[in-house]
Amino acid sequence: MSFYSVIEKYRGFRFQDYFENVTEEMFLRSLRHAEEERCSEIDLLNFLSPQGDRHLEEMAVLSQKLTRRYFGRTVSLYRPIYLANYCSNGCVYCGFSSLNRIKRRQLTFEEIEEEAAEIAKSQVRHILMLTGEAPGKSDFTYLKTAAKILKKYFDSVSIEVYPLSLEQYSELKEIGVDGLTVYQETYDEAIYDKLHLYGPKKDYRFRLDTPERGAKAGLRVIGIGALFGLGDPMSDGFFSGMHAAYLLHHYPDTEVALSIPRIKKAPETFPITDIVSDSDFVKLLVSFRLFLPRVALNVSTRESADFRDRIVELGITKMSGGSKTDVGGYSGDDPSDEQFEISDERSVEEVAAMLKTKGLTPVYKDWWQLV
Amino acid sequence: MEKDELVLGGKVFTNRLFTGTGKFARNEDIAPMLEVSGSQIVTVALRRIDFKFPQENILNFIPKNVTLLPNTSGARNCAEAVKIARIAREAGCGRFIKIEIINDSKYLLPDNAETVKATEILAKEGFVVLPYMMPDFVSAKRLEEAGAAAIMPLGSPIGSNRGLLTRPFIEILIENTDLPVVVDAGIGRPSQAAEAMEAGAAACLVNTAISAADDPVRMGRAFSLAVEAGRTAFLAKLAEESKYAVASSPLTGFLRAKEV
Repeated sequence: MSFYSVIEKYRGFRFQDYFENVTEEMFLRSLRHAEEERCSEIDLLNFLSPQGDRHLEEMAVLSQKLTRRYFGRTVSLYRPIYLANYCSNGCVYCGFSSLNRIKRRQLTFEEIEEEAAEIAKSQVRHILMLTGEAPGKSDFTYLKTAAKILKKYFDSVSIEVYPLSLEQYSELKEIGVDGLTVYQETYDEAIYDKLHLYGPKKDYRFRLDTPERGAKAGLRVIGIGALFGLGDPMSDGFFSGMHAAYLLHHYPDTEVALSIPRIKKAPETFPITDIVSDSDFVKLLVSFRLFLPRVALNVSTRESADFRDRIVELGITKMSGGSKTDVGGYSGDDPSDEQFEISDERSVEEVAAMLKTKGLTPVYKDWWQLV
Repeated sequence: MEKDELVLGGKVFTNRLFTGTGKFARNEDIAPMLEVSGSQIVTVALRRIDFKFPQENILNFIPKNVTLLPNTSGARNCAEAVKIARIAREAGCGRFIKIEIINDSKYLLPDNAETVKATEILAKEGFVVLPYMMPDFVSAKRLEEAGAAAIMPLGSPIGSNRGLLTRPFIEILIENTDLPVVVDAGIGRPSQAAEAMEAGAAACLVNTAISAADDPVRMGRAFSLAVEAGRTAFLAKLAEESKYAVASSPLTGFLRAKEV
């Protein structure tokens, strides 16, 4: 089995034609299904159609209600640590791409200790470690050693590194890694091929099956999504939702998290045609919640403080705070260039204070290492 | 009136509403909620407890006179639940443990088989074990044998607020086990808690319906009153219900007419 079977099932499906033909009656029927918590893939399509724009407020109200039902009035916090930004891929839209001449770095193990100690001064017990895709530089042994160091400082260690094999994920699980994030960038195979010029990432299918390998290895939390704006946002939204549903169906002991990273600024070589508006973002967010009431929904500091403050009431259950996206940015005096510009520069304390004013409790720790 | 006490692990409780802690908008509401509801047992997920940062440690928001019922939320099998329970005891959270083993993140339904195994191990280690379970008669019997102090069947899926969807099965457990039956999960309204208590449940655990209410403190009070009302009705023995209306001209009246 592979999620690729779902991609194949929809090959040739004319998303735009379908979306345009969704009537109000069809949409309202889907909304009833969401109230009864029994949405199908057709309902997800209907939410993502232009009818969803017309009924955005109703969807948002229901999204908030479902979120409170299953997550209460809480939002979990995590922080990222960038270990290295070397990369052997040629992704035309990415700041870390090997196409770009940027300042590159890889933290030594001593530096990882220093960064971890600095990050651990805040109360957040969840860390996400990130690298570019340069197995020659940041090889598997490096990743394992880094994870072991982070485990000393945090209760939950997740990874957002290049796709690994099932055996490698199992090894990481053994040493205490409990989460995996990997974005498909775009589910549109043809566009994917055009955007990824060379490097291991060129292999669409290997990347697509990565979350499944992580789930098979028994990693507890799997984060997925697309980089919205590379392909058609609504069909990428549909496949992201379907991918989450697929993982939940086949690996019910896995917690699935969806994110909606959107591309805002890309190198001049890559003109963006489908900028995802705030209202499209919200439509994606609430559609995911209606389709999968118990899925975790995550937002990073890629989004602005003002926007994050608003969407946190609509269904977000996880967010980063006090983030640096440069390598060595927390403790060093010689950080690398950033992968993307941070839009929300607030500290953990400021993000927590904001949540409290919204009637939401920040959750700093939601896991206890069992390894 | 006789005293109506619930005894668990040698401790006596006079209030039959158990409450949760994990979903409040403000942790500061937990203590007043406990006070006005009179709830004497409160469950807390061990995964949320951080001993390194005492200022935000959820335990600080729970008054000391309330019995802590740490739960094994996040455990996906017996081994993980046992490990979490031991950590809880070592950390000074007491002898009580609610076993929660869930390996289905879609509906959050418990795994009875693994729960029975964990109950057996932990009961032998001296824990007061309250296992969260699907209301299944055979599993209840096994939990009883394994040394559970009570059983906690779900009324409906966690957080769903759909009430006692499993009522017939919970009634079977109440009739056929000697353990207190605590209805856990799915109770969305005070009237549903009252219904569970009328049916003979020993207690109800209510989390989301209280913590996600606009006024959780007042809602805690409402649930406490409902639990007490339902319990009192159970003790007073409800008047027999007749399933069929008795027609004023009975259909079988002709039989008696013949006899005359």
